[in-house]
Formats: sequence, C-alpha cells, structure tokens
Amino acid sequence: MKNRIEKKFAELKKAGKKAMVAFVTAGDPNLKFTPQVVWGLEEAGVDVVELGMPFSDPMADGPVIQKSSERALKAGTKLPGIFKAVETIRKKSQVPILLMGYFNPILQYGISDYFRDAKGAGVDGTLLVDLPPEEGEETRQAARKAGVSLIYLLAPTSDRKRIDLVRKKGSGFIYYVSLTGVTGAAIHAQPEVKGQIQKVVKGSRLPVCVGFGIKTPEQARAVAKLADGVVVGSALVDCFASGKPQVGLEKAKKLAASIAKAVHSI
Amino acid sequence: MMKSKMDFKKYKGPDRRGHFGSFGGKYVAETLMPALFELEAAYDKIRRDRDFKKEFDYYAKNYVGRPTPLYHAARLSEKLGLKVYLKREDLCHTGAHKVNNTLGQILLARRMGKKRIIAETGAGQHGVATATMCALFGLDCEVYMGKEDIARQSLNVFRMKLLGAKVIPVTSGSATLKDALNEALRDWITNIRSTYYCIGTVAGPHPYPLLVRDFQKVIGEEARRQILKAEGRLPDEVVACVGGGSNAMGIFYPFIKDEKVELVGVEAAGSGVRTGKHAATLVAGKVGVLHGQKSYLLQDEEGQVMETHSISAGLDYPGVGPEHAYLHEQGRARYVPVTDAEAMAGFDLLTRYEGILPALESSHAVAYLSKAKKGRLLVVNLSGRGDKDMGTIAKVKKVSL
Repeated sequence: MKNRIEKKFAELKKAGKKAMVAFVTAGDPNLKFTPQVVWGLEEAGVDVVELGMPFSDPMADGPVIQKSSERALKAGTKLPGIFKAVETIRKKSQVPILLMGYFNPILQYGISDYFRDAKGAGVDGTLLVDLPPEEGEETRQAARKAGVSLIYLLAPTSDRKRIDLVRKKGSGFIYYVSLTGVTGAAIHAQPEVKGQIQKVVKGSRLPVCVGFGIKTPEQARAVAKLADGVVVGSALVDCFASGKPQVGLEKAKKLAASIAKAVHSI
Repeated sequence: MMKSKMDFKKYKGPDRRGHFGSFGGKYVAETLMPALFELEAAYDKIRRDRDFKKEFDYYAKNYVGRPTPLYHAARLSEKLGLKVYLKREDLCHTGAHKVNNTLGQILLARRMGKKRIIAETGAGQHGVATATMCALFGLDCEVYMGKEDIARQSLNVFRMKLLGAKVIPVTSGSATLKDALNEALRDWITNIRSTYYCIGTVAGPHPYPLLVRDFQKVIGEEARRQILKAEGRLPDEVVACVGGGSNAMGIFYPFIKDEKVELVGVEAAGSGVRTGKHAATLVAGKVGVLHGQKSYLLQDEEGQVMETHSISAGLDYPGVGPEHAYLHEQGRARYVPVTDAEAMAGFDLLTRYEGILPALESSHAVAYLSKAKKGRLLVVNLSGRGDKDMGTIAKVKKVSL
C-alpha cells in the first residue's frame, strides 16, 4: 500500500504539477505549537511537510537550523513528543509528513521501534542526513517493513554510481542538495546546477525534489521547472527565530503561500 | 587481564569499508561521500608508494626529530616499585605526537593537489602541528577552535597565528572540540573541491581512523624495537592516554599481535565518573554515531551528545576512535579512568622525580602508574610536553604568573 508521500507525488504527476516541500523544526518554539505550524503550512498550499528532529550536533546544517534545533532541544523536544505531535496533526490533516534528522537519536531509540512508532503516529517518511545507503541496510529494511519511505540525499558531488545507488536504495523521493554547502547557504546561479539536476532527474523512478538555499518564489519557480519539486527550509525556519510563535507562523505561512503559488503555477 | 574474544595474531584493522567489527564506517552527509572515496583512493595509492614512505621518513627524521628516545625513568621506577620506560613524544618538534599525523596528511594533501587545509583543534596541539606543516610547505591553513578552548589555550592560538594560520573561533554548541569538529565538517561540505580536511585524531569517517593510525604507528614500532633492545623482552603493559585516541592507537597498534602485552588506555575522569563531569567515553559511554563514525559516545537517553569535562583540553571530547571501541569490546585493551586531581598528582610526580614536565593529557597516563601492579615492566607514551599547560596548572595551584 502506498503511503501519503507516494500517493501525493503520484497525484501531482498525474495533474502535471510540482511539489512544494516545507521544512520546519519540530518543537521550535515548542511541541505544543508544532501541529498548528503544520496545519498552517498545509493551508498555505504546502504539499509535503518535513519535520526536523533536533540534534545536539547538526553537522550538515547552517546557523539558522542549528539555532532552531537548540531552541527545540531547550524546549524539551524528544522523539516520543514528536510522535505525539504527529498524532495530533493527523486528527485534522492528511498532509504527507516526513521526519528529518541525524542517525544517533534513532539508533538510541531502536531502529525498528522508531519506524514502528513513527508509522503508528502517522509519519510517512524519514531522511537521516548522516546515514548514507552504505551504512543504512538495517534501517532500510526496518523502514520498508513499516511502510515508511527512506529518503536519501544526492549532491552535486555525487557521481553516476552514487546516483544509481540512491535510486535503487531510496524510496518516496530523492532530495537533491543543489549546492555543496550546509543548509541555508545562498544558492548561486551556478550554470552547472541545471545540468546536474537534469542528470539526477532523467530516468529516475523516484521523484526528485531540490533543496538548499531556496528562499524566494522566483528561485523556487526556476528550480521547480527542472525537477519534481522544491524544498524550502532555512527561510521558513528563520521566521520562528524571534521566539514569538504566532508572529513566526504568520510570516512562515505568507512565505510558504507565495512559494507554493509560484511552484504550482508551472 | 581480560580474555580476548578473538585471535589478534593476524589483526590488521578495518575491513575494506572501514569497519572495525561493528564500529567505524562512514556516517556522513552525501556531499562528503565522494570526497571520502577520493581520499581513500589517494591513500591506497601512497600506502604502497615507496617514494611517499621515503619522503615521510626523511621529514620524520630531519624535521620532527624521530626516532624519539625510549627513556628509562629510573627514579620514578624506584619510587613506584615498577620498571618504567617513557616514549618521549614530547621531544617531537612542536612538542607532541600530533606532528606525526600532520606530516603524513599534509604530504598526502600535496599529492592530491589540495592547496587549502582546514583542521579542528581542542588543546591547540593539532592546530599548531597542522599550521607548522602548512608553513613548511606553503599551504593555506585555517583552524577551527572552540571559543572556550581559545580562552584556555591562548599560547597555542598565538603560535598558530605566528605560523600564518587563521584561527576561527567556534561559538556554537558547547564551544569546545566537538563543536570545532562540526564547524570543520561544515566548512569541508561547503568547500569540498578545493579543501583538504586534516583531522587530528583516529576518529571521524573512514579512512581517517585508518590513516591517522598508520601515520602514528611509528611511535609503537620504534618503542617495540627500543624496549626489545633495552630489556630483551616485551613490556607487561603499554600505557597511553585516550581522548580521541591517536597517541594511544599509535603506540598500541604494533603491540596488538603480542597478546601477552597488556594495552591500557587512560581516559579523563574529570571530577569523577560518578559526577557526570568527565570525558571517560569507553568507561562510561554507550555505542552511538557522531562525526562520521560508529563508536562509543557520551550521550543522554535520547542520543543527544553530552558536554564533557576534563582539566586537559586535549581529552575533553565525548567520542573516541572506533578502533579503541573495538579493542575495548574484544577485551584486547583495557580502559581506565583517571581524575583531574590524579592527573595533577601525576604531573607533579614526573616533574619532581624526572625533571620532565608532561602535558596534562600525558599526565593522565603517568597517573595510572600509581595504580599499576608492582614489579612490572611498563612503556608509557609521554605524548606531549606541558609548556602549553602552564596557565592551567598555575590556576590549579592558585599561583598568579
């Protein structure tokens, strides 16, 4: 049976539409507020929501998401709480949700337990930044057994062999990191970006979403044309930096709506 | 000694994918994977390259000052009822064993055509050793260092700057070594094509634990030859302090096959393991994944990495190299805790009885001697000298300089 991520991408494909994927950190500013954030983003036209699982040492993240993770950890965000928040979200919404984070908290929770509980709560996918396919066999099997998509990253440095490996081992979609850098870095009009995205997209059985550095509707539109969707993260997370939840949410909704509109108008 | 679960006579270290049993591996973001494969291929090539070996040996001898002496510490031995030999890595150029590794890695980086070198540092010894090699070969050098460490190791910061390196303060997280490592990884992810990341210990993603050990194993190879010559037999124990674990791996490795030689790693117990303010990863940690490797890790129930404490900045790290995790699990090496106070006593002991001021890191290894069984023959890796620690030690002794 297809999960919500797979269904959503099939639906969009049928309609000839691109996906707007939004990333926010779970528990920033607190877990009680997270369901409202997700509902708000869905209302703004977001197709898939990525919830960040905060980690003490986010090696692949830039300052915006680092600070957001720190806020979430300070607010006491833990995995069981995140599952509970997803359960609450599911009372009102069927928006596809994936959890994104680092491997160690999942390892400590127990890999199979994590996927069982995530699925039970209504989670559709998982992306673990520091778990490449080479180290991910046990995780992949547990995810498959639970019916949770395991999303892998590809980067401009990935060669043909790695593209094939991720296509084979991944599920749900492929997250293409549009530049070499940490999250939130500026996307440059690198002329080679287009060619690289096409290399990943062409012949892929999985949809490809492009992220890292997308901040404006214009950038989103340009990138979405080349792939199956875009991921917007740091720009949305930054909305919550003030610590005022409602203000942050209004800002995030406005930005998400403008980007979703641009992406959906293609 | 604990019984080894496996036969170590044919021990070689990691498999092709960088696993020591279930430890090690490559737990990194996709952007880094191709760079690690590139490094692996380059290292594979030079490992069998005689010219590289010649070049390494030339600088090791004429620039670093190898072989370092194996010194019979007679007064100390008599005092403790032991026979103690010190492997004098403190006599290496730059004042610690760290330079063995940076020599190897910078020669490797040159062969790979990389012009920009980055490194992380805790106590500053690895930063100084990297900056030194970059000055020698005319390479750009940027060193990430936690703001906290910059404050407690200002002398080494000044040395790095004099050597032409840029020291970048890291303010994220706990602003210590682990955060400097995070920041160096972020830099590497961003500048992957132009930059060589010179990691300072036997930790991180494969192939780092392998290649750093290989560049450090010269310590053990020399020590093994030297003790056989001096005593006509192998030691009962080989002792070294363990933070990330590079000086320990360097001296342990050539003795692993000698199963009768007990390998003792001394971890920093800070204010005491029970207080929670320590850095004794193997003694008190659990298996986890951080900085590209699976190993032991000091972490909370949720898998968040804990802040550590040690009087010695070089041991103040929540992780440990995966090969140590493996030797620990297999019972081939034994890991023991030594507190800040015990390390200070070790410092005083060596200073007063032998006229050698050890680094606070190495003082942990010296402190273990007071707990060793009498009458034994021991080789202790004196990994660095204490000049850099004068500020800290003065503070402990409530002396203003």
